[in-house]
Amino acid sequence: MNLFAAISTEPALWSPEWLPRLPQRLVEMLLGFLGAPEWLVSIAGFLVAAGTVVGVFLGGFALLSLIERKTLARIQNRIGPNRAGWFGILQPVADGIKMLTKEDIVPAKAEKFLHLLAPILIVVPAILALGVIPYGREWTPVSLELGLLFFFAVGSLTELSVFIAGWASGSKFPMLGAMRAISQMVSYELPLIISALGVVMVSGTLSLPLIVEQQGGFHLGFIPAWNLFTPWGFFAGILFFICSIAEANRCPFDLPEGESEIVAGHMTEYSGFKYALFFMGEYLGLFAISALGITLFLGGWQAPLPGLGFLPSWIWFFGKLAIVIFMFLWIRGTYPRVRIDQLMRFAWLCMIPMALLTLPAAGIWTILNRDGHGFLAWAITVPLLLIPCVIVTVIFNRRLASANRTYRFAE
Amino acid sequence: MKTGKPTRWVLPGLGLFQGLAVTGKNMVQSFYKKERMTTVQYPEERAPISPNFRNFPFLVYDKDPKAGLRCTACSICEKECPPQCIYIVLDRDENGKSLKRPKVFDIDLSVCMNCGICSEVCPFDSIYMDGEYELSTDDRFGGLLFGLDRLSKSAEYHMKLRPEQASEVMARRKADEEKKAAAAAAKLAKAKADAEAKKAEAEAKAAEGKGEDA
Repeated sequence: MNLFAAISTEPALWSPEWLPRLPQRLVEMLLGFLGAPEWLVSIAGFLVAAGTVVGVFLGGFALLSLIERKTLARIQNRIGPNRAGWFGILQPVADGIKMLTKEDIVPAKAEKFLHLLAPILIVVPAILALGVIPYGREWTPVSLELGLLFFFAVGSLTELSVFIAGWASGSKFPMLGAMRAISQMVSYELPLIISALGVVMVSGTLSLPLIVEQQGGFHLGFIPAWNLFTPWGFFAGILFFICSIAEANRCPFDLPEGESEIVAGHMTEYSGFKYALFFMGEYLGLFAISALGITLFLGGWQAPLPGLGFLPSWIWFFGKLAIVIFMFLWIRGTYPRVRIDQLMRFAWLCMIPMALLTLPAAGIWTILNRDGHGFLAWAITVPLLLIPCVIVTVIFNRRLASANRTYRFAE
Repeated sequence: MKTGKPTRWVLPGLGLFQGLAVTGKNMVQSFYKKERMTTVQYPEERAPISPNFRNFPFLVYDKDPKAGLRCTACSICEKECPPQCIYIVLDRDENGKSLKRPKVFDIDLSVCMNCGICSEVCPFDSIYMDGEYELSTDDRFGGLLFGLDRLSKSAEYHMKLRPEQASEVMARRKADEEKKAAAAAAKLAKAKADAEAKKAEAEAKAAEGKGEDA
C-alpha cells in the first residue's frame, strides 16, 4: 500500500513525457520499497533503462526491415510483402524465424573464434552508441559529459568488426569486401567527425543533452533555432548526412557488400543467426548515426514549430528519426552504386575540404553573432561556404563525367 | 555514338534531385494509380497467358473422352520425343487386331522438356501443347506421371486455349471429313455402277449364251 502511495504521489511519473522512463522508475521504487541496497537499485535502474532502449530499437529494426521493403517496392511500382499478417506486418517475425532456424555454417578455413566474434562486435557498439542519445527532455539513457566523443569512439569499432569478419571468414569475397569497407569507412569518418566538430565549437560542449538544449527557441518567432538553419550548419548537416550514408554502408555507398560484384562482402560466409546479427547491427548503426545527426543538426527532441510543445518531446525525436530514415530509403531507391574510385575521390576531394571549411565558418558565425553583427555573419559565412562548394562541385562533376567518354565494348 | 558532348550547361548536381523526383513520383502514384502496378497478386489473380505460351502436351478428343480421342497410337510422337518421355501401348481386340487407339498413353512430366516436337509431328491433330503451368505436386512419382485420364482434354478446351490454331485444325478436319465422305460416296456409286455393269454384262453374256444355245 505504501508503494502504491509513493507511486501515486509522484505526479511527473505518469505524464507522457516520462513514459519511456516509467519502467525504470517503477523498478527503482519497487526495489527501494523492498529495502534493497543503493547499488542494487541503481544497477537495476540502469539495466531497465538499457532494456528500454534496446527494446525500442529492436522493435524499430523489425519495423524498418518491413518498411524498407515496402518503400522500395512502392518506388518500383510493386506492393511489397503483404502475405504474412495484415499488410505484411508479420513479415519480420517470419524472417526472424527463418533466420534463427537456418543452419549455421562455419567455413573450414575460417578462424572459428573470430568468425563468431565479428557479428557480436558489430551489434554491441551500435547499442552502446544508442545509449548516449537524448531521446527526450527527460529521457537520456546515459547522460555523459563526453557523449559525442563516446559515440565516435564506440562507432569506430564497427570498422574493426567488419574487418574481423572479412579476415576470419578465410575467403576471398569477404576479404575484398572488408578491405573496401575499411578504406570507405576511414575516408568518410574524417568528414563525419569534422562536420560534427562545428557543432562542438559553437555549443562549447561535448554533452549531447546540452547540445540539444542549446538549439531550443525560435528565430523570428517561427524558424527553429536548429543548427541546420545556419549557413555553416546547413553545409555541415548535408556533409554529415552524406557521410552517415557511407558510414552505415547504405546505397549508393554500399560498396562493402556490393552484391553484384562481391556476393555480400564481409557477410558472404555468414548464415543463420550470425547473418541476422550483421543485419541487425547495420540497422542499429543506421538508427544511431541518424539519431546523432538529429541531435547535432535537427534540434534533437525540440519541437519544429512554437506551440507544439504539448506533445511529449520524444515523439518529436522519433518523428524526425522517421523522416531521416525515410530519406535513406528514398536515396537507396534512387541512386545506383558508385564506383570505388569515385567514392574515394569524392571523399578526399569534396567532402573533407568542405568539412574543413565549415569549421572557420562556424567560428566566424559564433564570434560575429556574439558581438551582435548578425547581418555581417550571414554576409561572410554564406559566400565563404557557397563559392567553394560550387567550385568543388563543378570540378568534381567535370572530372567524374568527362564529356569525352569512350566506350570500348559497348556502342 | 562514341562520344557525347554536353549540349548545354546544367547545374551540377541537378540530376540528383531529378532522380529523387522520379522515384518519389513513382512511389506516390503507386498508391492510387492502378495501371502503374507491374505485379499481379498471384494466387488470387493471374496474368492472362499468350496463345503462344506452351507448356506440357495434352491429347485432344472430340465429344467423347474415350471414343472421340483423335490419337491412333501410331507412336510417331513416342519415337520423335527427344527425352523419350512418352510411352504408348496400342489397344487391340481379342483377335490381336489393332483398334487404332491407345490403351496406355503416359507422359512423364519430370522428363518432358516442353519442346513441342510431339505436337509438330502428329499427323492426326491429336497432341498439342497446353497452357497449364501449375503442375507442381508433392508426389514425385505418381503425381508427375500423366496418364490418359489427365492428358485427354476436349476440343473445346483447345479452342479456348488457342482459338486460331484450333479453328484452323477444325476447318481442315471438317474439309478432310467431307472429302472422305465424298470419296466414300463416289466409291459407293462407282461400286454400284460397276456392279450394275457387271450385272448387265452377265445378263448380256447369258443372253448371248442363250442365243448360242438357240
